[in-house]
Amino acid sequence: MSEQPETYAAAAEVGAVRKRRTRLERAGLLLKSAPPSAWFGMIVVGFYILVAVFADVIAPYGEAQIHPIPFAPWGGEFMFGTDQIGRDVLTRLIYGARNTMGIALATTLLSFLIGGGLGLMAAINRSWLDQLLSRFVDVLMAIPSLIFALMLLSIFGSTVTSLIVIIAVLDSTRVFRLTRAVAVNVAVMDYVEAAKLRGEGLGWIMHREILPNIMPPLVAEFGLRFCFVFLTIAALSFLGVGIQPPTADWGSMVRENASLIQFAKYDLTAAITPLLPAAAIALLTVAVNFIVDWFLHKTSGLRDDH
Amino acid sequence: MNAVLATILKRLGLGFATLVVVSAIIFSSISMLPGDFGQAVLGQSATEETVAAFRKELGLDKPAVVRYFEWAGSVLQGDLGTSFSGRNASGQDRSRQVSDLVMPRLWNTLFLAGVTALIAVPLALFLGLTTALYRNSAYDRTVNAATLTTISTPEFFVAYILILFFASLWPVFPSLANVNATTDLGERLYRVALPALTLTLVIVAHMMRMTRAAIINLLASPYIEMARLKGASRSEIILKHALPNAWAPIATVIAFNLAYLVVGVVVVEVVFVYPGIGQLMVDAVTSRDIPVVQACALIFAATYILLNLTADIIGIVTNPRLLHPR
Amino acid sequence: MTTEMNPKDGILLEMRDIRIDGYSDERWHPIIKGVDLTLRRGEIMGLIGESGAGKSTLGKAAMGYTQPGCKLTGGSIMFDGIDLAKASDREKRNLWGTRIAYVAQSAAASFNPAHRLIDQTVEAATRRKIRPDAESRTDAVELFRALQLPNPETIGSRYPHQVSGGQLQRVMTAMAMSPRPDLIIFDEPTTALDVTTQVEVLSAMRNIVEDFNTAAIYITHDLAVVAQMADFIKVLRFGEEVEEAPTREMLTKPEQPYTKSLWSVRSLEKPEVKGEDIVLSIDHVDASYGPLKVLHDVNISIPRGRTVAVVGESGSGKSTTARVITGLLPPTAGTVSFNGKPLPAALKDRSKDQLQRIQMIYQMADTAMNPRQTVYEIIARPLEFYLGLTGKAKEARVMDLLKMIELDESFIDRLPSELSGGQKQRICIARALAANPDVIICDEVTSALDQIVQEGILKLLLRLQKEFNITYLFITHDIATVKAISDGIVVMYRGKVVEQGLKSEILAPPFPEYTQLLLSSVPEMDPDWLTNLLEARPV
Repeated sequence: MSEQPETYAAAAEVGAVRKRRTRLERAGLLLKSAPPSAWFGMIVVGFYILVAVFADVIAPYGEAQIHPIPFAPWGGEFMFGTDQIGRDVLTRLIYGARNTMGIALATTLLSFLIGGGLGLMAAINRSWLDQLLSRFVDVLMAIPSLIFALMLLSIFGSTVTSLIVIIAVLDSTRVFRLTRAVAVNVAVMDYVEAAKLRGEGLGWIMHREILPNIMPPLVAEFGLRFCFVFLTIAALSFLGVGIQPPTADWGSMVRENASLIQFAKYDLTAAITPLLPAAAIALLTVAVNFIVDWFLHKTSGLRDDH
Repeated sequence: MNAVLATILKRLGLGFATLVVVSAIIFSSISMLPGDFGQAVLGQSATEETVAAFRKELGLDKPAVVRYFEWAGSVLQGDLGTSFSGRNASGQDRSRQVSDLVMPRLWNTLFLAGVTALIAVPLALFLGLTTALYRNSAYDRTVNAATLTTISTPEFFVAYILILFFASLWPVFPSLANVNATTDLGERLYRVALPALTLTLVIVAHMMRMTRAAIINLLASPYIEMARLKGASRSEIILKHALPNAWAPIATVIAFNLAYLVVGVVVVEVVFVYPGIGQLMVDAVTSRDIPVVQACALIFAATYILLNLTADIIGIVTNPRLLHPR
Repeated sequence: MTTEMNPKDGILLEMRDIRIDGYSDERWHPIIKGVDLTLRRGEIMGLIGESGAGKSTLGKAAMGYTQPGCKLTGGSIMFDGIDLAKASDREKRNLWGTRIAYVAQSAAASFNPAHRLIDQTVEAATRRKIRPDAESRTDAVELFRALQLPNPETIGSRYPHQVSGGQLQRVMTAMAMSPRPDLIIFDEPTTALDVTTQVEVLSAMRNIVEDFNTAAIYITHDLAVVAQMADFIKVLRFGEEVEEAPTREMLTKPEQPYTKSLWSVRSLEKPEVKGEDIVLSIDHVDASYGPLKVLHDVNISIPRGRTVAVVGESGSGKSTTARVITGLLPPTAGTVSFNGKPLPAALKDRSKDQLQRIQMIYQMADTAMNPRQTVYEIIARPLEFYLGLTGKAKEARVMDLLKMIELDESFIDRLPSELSGGQKQRICIARALAANPDVIICDEVTSALDQIVQEGILKLLLRLQKEFNITYLFITHDIATVKAISDGIVVMYRGKVVEQGLKSEILAPPFPEYTQLLLSSVPEMDPDWLTNLLEARPV
């Protein structure tokens, strides 16, 4: 038998009154307790969002504006130089934030809409629908998702819409599995049975009893899935079958300027140019991971309390 | 033994069924092509007749079920169809057999993946095991922070950083891993050094974290505490009490990551222009050469299914509950 | 100090001012706050206390072991001249499993699934070369025989998952005994077992410990069990010692109010009242889970305003009966009638009014309340759902209900995680009460609670019954609870009703065979109970 800290039993004796705080106060306290890694994550993500939203204002040039000098060096007119056809790298980076993150976010949202909705339905229904969906998802997951995405892109072509839909559908299988698993765990709880015995309808049970209790793992999963989708899209764009030019995007920027690395001995800054978008991708995923780690730690701690 | 055999057969059957369904999905992708793809392949000037002949060659005039069995039958005999490329509007056909394109490259990919696995698997198991044993030590925290960063990083970023340092600034390895049938083993190893290193870094990070989690989970079992309270030393606990129960989780971790390797190989092959199946697939996707894409997808999916199947079977044959039924 | 005899004579274990901290909620809390413990050779000490008292932590500390997440912050642990608090890991390993052995609560989880029982039994003796391995194996068979295990010659060649829980617990005792230790720590070894199995395991353990004159620390929360095993008893609470006394003394005249209160639930006994007006009846009910038939022709009738207790061990079908009544599991045959009218078999076919009449309270109050809803939301929902109350009326009624369950309005904004176990169960009672039900089904409602809290809940239920003429169907495996609360009793065994009637009829001879076994297996607060029972029982 595991020992409980004695404060638990003491609270029962004294019946200590703990004042309930408003959501805002709770959020404030939560932020105060955030470790440095989480702060770092939040600041980075906040910065990225600002850049993405105000891309038009910040960017020194137009997204696809071509200047006469290709591969211009760093400094002066072009802070990070120009790319192979003379577009300003800084501008492309800024617009890339908007495009890459926007597409990844749309994809993740769609994937949660499909996977989360079906997962909840399967968890509550638990009959033929559950069987059908679960087997179907098993099969889809038997094909590596990048390979599947490549195959589907070869058929439907690399438009932004098909990219979003294809990746969202493939990724929704994982969301489905998780949602179904956590929802099934909650659906067998006595309080859900109590609600059924009370005569509550399906709407109440889903919305009031189950959903609030599966939110923390789903929110954490949203962060992780976003990273995964973001990296997949970057990889596809890098392979040349994702986001297509002239749309600025970090994955394809790496591909387009990769040859500059060869010149590291002569001009180190030029060689770093293709690494800038790659680093931008890595920084964002690290930041999101830090936040998710902290969030998971917080919410799992909440579960330990009772 | 019968229970084990029955479970294995059941699992094999399930694996086979999955493979059949997956192949059917891959096959049916060709039916989803837009109607005018014949023209896209053969060129705008293709005549009605050549397009019709092309469609007939693909068998699009026959029912889908018949076509699937014909296709599956020829795949089983090693015939993966003919490539779309090399055809032109006038009906000339200089296209190559898909199997001729795929086979040499498949060996290249397997070579790269094999080299990576040989380095990555022992390294990851060692790191995973030691970090689990010395949990929360400075060593553990350092390894964890390093692997978390690697995991969050796209493969091509790792690849280009390695190129920057080891091929460009300090040229010890080639940045292009071009090999062909005549390259000897030593030269081959030298050329795949950077791609293999890239893949190793990525795989080790994942595999080490999963191994660590699996071992920590195992060490939290009450029977491990019992072994300690019976006076077993650290090495006895690991070798005698933890390891016999660890095969299944470790096999799962390895299989999962080798499957991940299969995917990672695509990006790395493109970065290093390595003539493997991954690069072939990406090229085929760009040129929308569907038969080649299908063949590659089928190979990747089959590998993936096979790996997971192997892990499950290892889990079954090491499970005492199945080995010694009531 | 006497001159003729050294008071230290025969002392095997002496713990002084033990302090242990545990890590949770990102800080260290004291778990053991300066406890002393002295044990002589051949003595058995009972260590009792409620959950969170620190008894298991103290028991493991007697071996010089603290589990991960705990640390020893002070005190000395002298075991036969060695201070385990300062000893190196190697020194402790040399003692563990040979001179000090440990018997864990969950035998099923504490045996390594990958090794045969005999190999695990002799492991420690063989490692320290107590005797040749072959001799240890022969000895183990003798121990299995002494512990009354079936097929002692062959049971050792089996794997842990191949034998039952009660047998595993005895094999673990053999494992502890194999190197002939000086001290065995028994950590709640029978808590997970059914009462009839518990008797067998207890007697086997007691005999073998007496035979080899081994000292033992027996940890449990069950006073009646410890009374059978221990020479003297130490009571722990909140990591501190409450009192220590020889067993008989402790049972007859406990000194501390807390110790007295531990006894009190046993004295609570409701005078039985016969009932005529049948409110709920179950007629010829069969039920199955898939192909497995779990209820066979069950007939139970429950009079209005009375308490009927359904007793039985795990697998007897008592909880399934509750599921049939509530409509969660429609029966394959037979009917459930309420006020003389048959209820629809399935939950979804029942009307709101029918649902309102029968409410349910669960064993685990933890999982019976949505952790994201406040006490107010939990109690108010039935009010608005069944009675259509809103606004001020609803709020006033919630306050009423809180008062009825002896809690005040400061609780309304709390989440379940901010309540203690007893408070949680009270909120569940209030939620059931809010529906103004005729019948409340209580499924093991007190078995997850500590002794004192149990008493409070039972008293509350009795008071509410008197005030509102509520009928209880009380499902339990605990005979003391049955005595405390019931008017009528139904005994179930393997899906059948073995016996039913008024409390006085069931609890008096003559007994049918199973009822006899069940009743006689319940430990009593009498140190001679086990001895007498074993003498009376034909072996």
